[in-house]
Amino acid sequence: MGELEYLITKDFEEIFSAIEKTKGLAKFIAGGTNIIPYMHAEAISPELLIDLNGLEDLKYIREKNGTITIGALTTISEIVASEIIGNKCQILHSAANSLGSPLTRNRATIGGNLADASPAADMAPPLLALEASIHTKRGGVEGREIPLDKFFIGPNKTVLAEDELITQIRFSKPKDSARGIFIKLGLRNSLAISVVSIAVILDMEGQVCQKARVALGAVAPTIIRAFHVESKLEGGEINENIIQECAEIVKEEISPISDIRASAEYRRLASSVILKRAIQQVLKGEVL
Amino acid sequence: MKTYLIEIKLNKELKEVEVTAQETLLEILRNKLGAIDVKDGCGKGDCGACAVLLDGKAVNSCLTLALQANGKEVTTLRGIGNEKNPHPIQNSFVKHGAVQCGFCTAGMVVIAKAFLNQNQNPSRQEIREAISGNLCRCTGYEKIIDAIQNMALESKS
Repeated sequence: MGELEYLITKDFEEIFSAIEKTKGLAKFIAGGTNIIPYMHAEAISPELLIDLNGLEDLKYIREKNGTITIGALTTISEIVASEIIGNKCQILHSAANSLGSPLTRNRATIGGNLADASPAADMAPPLLALEASIHTKRGGVEGREIPLDKFFIGPNKTVLAEDELITQIRFSKPKDSARGIFIKLGLRNSLAISVVSIAVILDMEGQVCQKARVALGAVAPTIIRAFHVESKLEGGEINENIIQECAEIVKEEISPISDIRASAEYRRLASSVILKRAIQQVLKGEVL
Repeated sequence: MKTYLIEIKLNKELKEVEVTAQETLLEILRNKLGAIDVKDGCGKGDCGACAVLLDGKAVNSCLTLALQANGKEVTTLRGIGNEKNPHPIQNSFVKHGAVQCGFCTAGMVVIAKAFLNQNQNPSRQEIREAISGNLCRCTGYEKIIDAIQNMALESKS
């Protein structure tokens, strides 16, 4: 490994020119809860660490005109503690509260959790169900807005360019009539990496489902939306038959692997059971 | 090896230390600043033995770069209390038999301090959640929870 250097600055331009100079050997670090273990395991060998904590104004949770925005450097603990998220977006609160441990939540950031693009990233299923988008800044060219369902392209792979960093996560505040839930199945209660995670948001008008959003984690190369399940749920009354059909459809929509935590077969079965449970609990009136 | 000079306030004492970019806060605390009260457990954020307060927030020092502590306040177990002047949390751990092999204790006391600063009247469930990033392989946790809960009760009365 070459010599490792470190840069912290509040100047975006300095960051972009440092990336250009290091030609593929720079790595961003925010909380460090992924990057440091990756370096120890020699999964990555950067020559420059760019500490994003120098950037000011990327730590906030705001609500304005029905839009919620979260700065990329906001820690998971700050999301857990946020009244805006707690009151308006319970599924994001519960996902944040399930990530790692209180110690890691004090360091880990929302931008880092998404940029790491783990297929099991805890913040991604609720954000995908909320139809969030990611805002970026780049060297030389304008930053862009990337819908989250176009953001992940594989395990630990995103569409982000090397000189592109996440500045903000943005989504519309859910309607008052919307209800949702986040369920994470891990091998234990704390410090668990998801075996299966599910976020469900249903917008119900009386008995009729106007809109359904279903996202799953740890059951495909990326966090995925279950589009077929969504269209099965939308446009009519959700009865036990529909729920049973969704529990079958979801098994075909996912493409799980076998790993140290669970077999593909178990993940398929568990996704089916947890999806059923999630829909039933939302219908019983879980608050979003 | 390229080094950087950083300044940290370790247990209220200003320290200057040369570090490399890959060194973690845990490594420099133990190897360069003699703070061996910080325990090196798993080295990847799974056990909480290396917990310290960074500007008042409990973090795993193994998952924090030394450079990321530059200009910050770091409080370790000894900054909370020592043999001559133990903190009530430490007394409570002794009283309730919450220390067996002792390896997790440094991290447990640090996390208990951060937690009790936020919550003076915790339920057992809240305490369980607060220490959920700290592994203990001896006590079965019940005595640690007793120690933290009784410390909270006693400091109220």
